[in-house]
Amino acid sequence: MSNVINLKINNTPVSVPAGSTILEAARAAGIRIPTLCYLKDINAIGACRVCVVEVKGARSLVASCVYPVNEGMEVFTSTPKVIQSRKTTVELMLSDHNKNCLSCVRSTNCELQNIAEELGCNAQKYIGETKFYPVDDAHASIVRDNSKCILCRRCVAACKNYQTVSVIGANARGFDTHIGCLFEKSLNETACVGCGQCIAVCPTGALREKDEIDNVVRALNDPTKTVVVGTAPSVRVALGEEFGLPIGANVEGKMAAALRRLGFKHVFDVDFAADMTIMEEGYEFIGRVKNGGVLPMITSCSPGWVKFIEHNFPELIPHLSSTKSPQQIFGAIAKTYYAEKLGINPKDMYVVTIMPCTAKKFEKGRQHQDAAGVPDIDAVLTTRELARFVKRQGVMFNELPEEPFDTPFGIGSGAGLIFGSSGGVMEAALRTVAEVLDGKPLKNLDFKDVRGMEGIKEASYKIAGLTVKVAVASGLKNARTLMEKIKKGEADYHFIEIMACPGGCINGGGQPIKSAEVRNFTDYRATRMKVIYASDKAMTLRKSHENPAVKEIYKDYFGEPNSHRAHHILHTQYTVRDKY
Amino acid sequence: MAKIKLTKAPFKGTESQERELRAALVEIKKRKGAVMPALQKAQEIYGYLPIEVQTILAGVLEVPVEEVFGVATFYSQFTLNPRGEYNVSVCMGTACYVKGAGEVLDSIKVQLGIEPDECSADGRFSLNATRCIGCCGLAPVMTINDNVYGKVSVNDLEKILNNY
Repeated sequence: MSNVINLKINNTPVSVPAGSTILEAARAAGIRIPTLCYLKDINAIGACRVCVVEVKGARSLVASCVYPVNEGMEVFTSTPKVIQSRKTTVELMLSDHNKNCLSCVRSTNCELQNIAEELGCNAQKYIGETKFYPVDDAHASIVRDNSKCILCRRCVAACKNYQTVSVIGANARGFDTHIGCLFEKSLNETACVGCGQCIAVCPTGALREKDEIDNVVRALNDPTKTVVVGTAPSVRVALGEEFGLPIGANVEGKMAAALRRLGFKHVFDVDFAADMTIMEEGYEFIGRVKNGGVLPMITSCSPGWVKFIEHNFPELIPHLSSTKSPQQIFGAIAKTYYAEKLGINPKDMYVVTIMPCTAKKFEKGRQHQDAAGVPDIDAVLTTRELARFVKRQGVMFNELPEEPFDTPFGIGSGAGLIFGSSGGVMEAALRTVAEVLDGKPLKNLDFKDVRGMEGIKEASYKIAGLTVKVAVASGLKNARTLMEKIKKGEADYHFIEIMACPGGCINGGGQPIKSAEVRNFTDYRATRMKVIYASDKAMTLRKSHENPAVKEIYKDYFGEPNSHRAHHILHTQYTVRDKY
Repeated sequence: MAKIKLTKAPFKGTESQERELRAALVEIKKRKGAVMPALQKAQEIYGYLPIEVQTILAGVLEVPVEEVFGVATFYSQFTLNPRGEYNVSVCMGTACYVKGAGEVLDSIKVQLGIEPDECSADGRFSLNATRCIGCCGLAPVMTINDNVYGKVSVNDLEKILNNY
């Protein structure tokens, strides 16, 4: 059998690799076929029937997303029959859809709305029974409104195939079919980790983050509150997309300016807190190596990952670093050191973070995250919420000047910045650990083996005469693979970095939503990632331990990494949770 | 919300039932598409499929428990509700229906506080709407376990149910 298949699409000859689908072949020929349920690599089920095409000789229309090409095949993608079929299919979906589109969070960014408009659908064509579902908003991060669900199962596929969390699925049958949890529980009562990958793949407004904008507005207008804000590393390479800028555009300066226009008086960078994480986690690692502590040590920055291990591998919890995540360190330092410096009561400080992440909304409410006796963090806005907030307040984002962050927590190193990408925490830690242990400056700061989009990356480095074996995984499916290896005693790593979302925070569940069109045919994640590393490369300050703000806070307040005070404020504990 | 009927009756599974299920699952696990036969076996043993049983099954078969629940709620042969100590069946065949079985069923629903295919929270009563049971001359007919009640009127119901 030949490796190349020759066929005709809309009378134009096309040659594609064997095994391609009609959808892929058409794309290669510059022809776009609309899709709804299809998501490359995770959801090819041919269920929604929106991508149907005519194949000469075939009995009926076929779903191009799953139909493989054959030699000599003749395909027609836009005949009246095809268009009419797609139109009827979408009109039937709309017949039972909550058409409260004007006030839907996904309006103008909804795949169903787009395709309905494209096909010239009449949303009122079929009037009949409609389903009623209560909105499930008990979860700290994720809100489900099944009245907007079209049963494409993309969320189910993301939960199962990216994450192996598998807490949502199709329940009941026929007209009663709905996406839900075991025994119709709220998502809140399951082993959901809150990563938000389900939201990121939802074509409609059936899934969204729990919105905290109003809480932040209240705090900003409360004269008794000192409101502090910090932005996570990966937000700056994605936020611009919400304002029509190219994927990956670095809008750090405009973002800082926008936050000031929104009324924040203390605009900081969580990159600084990421540098603090490296100091604490790096020294914790050195301590474990020197003192025969539990190895491999595993990072604890990703709250989705932390909840995952608590539910699924509670016996491996001692491997987790006790260092708080950058978000929590940011809040903890703000409400202790900074509140003291400003001479205010931590109760009167309100700390907001801007995160690429929905799980961070859960993390802020965890136990042992209250260094000053009040929660370290008061509100978490995702990248998407920040964009909505900016638009709501009439701030013209694209016309803003570039402004720096405020001092003292506006200084972040390149090491802090690369936290935003899978492999970044490991690389940042290695830069510091190697220099501390070797006692001399590194010649090469780029640890390229741990970069990139691969699900599991391994490397070993010679540090102070010791061969340090490291592994990096992103996506909980890959994390599970590594944990199984540790359980079986097949892993001899010293240090493991895990991020819940595939590719790390640049692809977090709180980042701008990319349509299936973008997800299927571009690698938007690699684009955002490239910008992060290029920005790091261009910086002069690229090591956490050289960050002057970090040095100062240790001199002034903490003494040294892992000191008694640092332990009290910058470290946390974990909880064993049920598997179901 | 969709019409998935969940039971409030407490789980009364025994250790010997669990042993039997686990033993059966060892063989079933080797098959492809093991969830369906496993659910059938479990229902055979327990009479219904409560969360406790589905959780055992998911653990042994190493499949997500939500997937098990999805299958269990897809097929109408599977039930999530136990049979009560007293199983009330109201015949909905043509003759019974014409003679007022609908009103009888409605009245029982109110008196027991449950819908058809459900079991009361104390586990005492379950309710079914059955097809013709073949004694149309007695229409409308209902049975409680092995006792048959014919020519039932709504007014008789309280007295009948009070016997149990």
